[in-house]
Amino acid sequence: MPEFLTLRVNGEPVQVIAPVHKTLLEVLREDLGLTGTKHGCELGECGTCTVLVDGEPVLSCLVLPVECQGQEILTVEGLAASGRLHPLQQAFAELGAAQCGYCIPGILLTSKALLDASPQPTRDEIREALAGNLCRCTGYTKILEAVELAALRMAGEERAAAGGLGARAAGQGGGR
Amino acid sequence: MMRLPPFRYLAPRSVAEAVRQLADHGPDAMVVAGGTDLYPNMKRRQFEPRVLVGLRGIRELAGIRGSARQGMVLAAGATLTQVSNHPEVLRHYPAVARAADLVSTPQLRNMGTIGGNVCVDTRCNYYNQSYAWRKAIGFCMKKDGDICLVAPGSDRCLAISSSDTAPVLWSLGASVRLVGPKGERVIPISALYQDDGIQYLTKAADEILTEIVLPPVDGLRATYWKLRRRGSFDFPVLGVGVALRMEGEVCREARIVLGAVASQPREAADAGRLLVGERLTPELIDRVAEAAAKPSKPLDNTDLVYHYRKRMTRVYVARALRELAGLPVGEFPLGMTARN
Repeated sequence: MPEFLTLRVNGEPVQVIAPVHKTLLEVLREDLGLTGTKHGCELGECGTCTVLVDGEPVLSCLVLPVECQGQEILTVEGLAASGRLHPLQQAFAELGAAQCGYCIPGILLTSKALLDASPQPTRDEIREALAGNLCRCTGYTKILEAVELAALRMAGEERAAAGGLGARAAGQGGGR
Repeated sequence: MMRLPPFRYLAPRSVAEAVRQLADHGPDAMVVAGGTDLYPNMKRRQFEPRVLVGLRGIRELAGIRGSARQGMVLAAGATLTQVSNHPEVLRHYPAVARAADLVSTPQLRNMGTIGGNVCVDTRCNYYNQSYAWRKAIGFCMKKDGDICLVAPGSDRCLAISSSDTAPVLWSLGASVRLVGPKGERVIPISALYQDDGIQYLTKAADEILTEIVLPPVDGLRATYWKLRRRGSFDFPVLGVGVALRMEGEVCREARIVLGAVASQPREAADAGRLLVGERLTPELIDRVAEAAAKPSKPLDNTDLVYHYRKRMTRVYVARALRELAGLPVGEFPLGMTARN
């Protein structure tokens, strides 16, 4: 039974008519054309469909749009504000922190929620926050480094980042 | 794509309205809160309710209240993130916070609720599969078939209880409030379960679990240990909840409850009794752990081989008791820390 829904997506109100049993993931991709949100397992196990609802990472494959009316939905398309990449996007691009890239939209949004709540996370806190985002290429190290670089830059320590990151990477000896 | 089957979605504003809607639609209806357990199962066609009664918009089902002295109340709709981060829960019922924190992933914990984890569907290698997979193997009695594929001679379903919070809540002596068309009742959480993989809850189909009531702390100390393959996230293949009431050095009350070894959490009552009136010495802990492994009867229906899971029951009970006794526990498993 089609339902008339009013949602807020990436800061704008949108109206959509969709059957109530379509998930937020399906509505974002198929009805709103926002294909930045990826579908992976569709069963809540892989994290690639993560979006932010009122700032919290949730899995869009297991949410109904009718359940998020009146809430603020942020997808990867809304991450770059007025044409400027988010520091996370910038860091991921510069460090090549994406291999096939399929998990990256979910990882960017999960990382944004982390940095919003905890601007200077430790490596372990980043790992914990990203525990539900699988990278099938297993390219986790650069992802963690990119989140750290973005955190440093967001804290206004860009200069320290350039030296500090290299030193830390050398000290790790590739063990992670 | 794995899509949800069609249904009507109702959004009641109160528990009373939800109970009425559930009763009106009888067996066609199910309740949904976080959806993290139900929606994947619906996508696999394990449930095909024609009506879903959504509990998210009900204020009574949100929030955490109370104190260590009076006991705390976790509304069933509190998310697992809220439970695991709540300062009073962390301080006074750290085992509950740890168990909630060890459920699945951060995203799932932002969505999934404590009520949902208490009622989480039992799991099995032959059940948690797509419709096509299950059809290819001839279906099992839990859905669409008539035999148990784990033990074809079994007259009941052997799917395993997979809640992380239930063993801890049982060990603490928590209760649950159930509201139905005939009124409400509060029962010990131990009475909420029965050892049947299909009818694993004693809750009637038209009842809604609204609250989990934690008893006053009053000297209770508890912990939870979880065995799983990955440190990042996985359902438990063994859970150990232990709660002790200490009077100085002497244990006055003890409950050891095992998760993921049967279709319901299983209390190792004989092992618990060995602790009463005793000091927690390393020797006693080893004897108790040995006794606690006896009622642990894992089957070959989830991850990791079952004799290993049986052996780990003794190991994890011993470590949980050593943690509570302040003895060295060795290394915590990945994902578990002294903090959580």
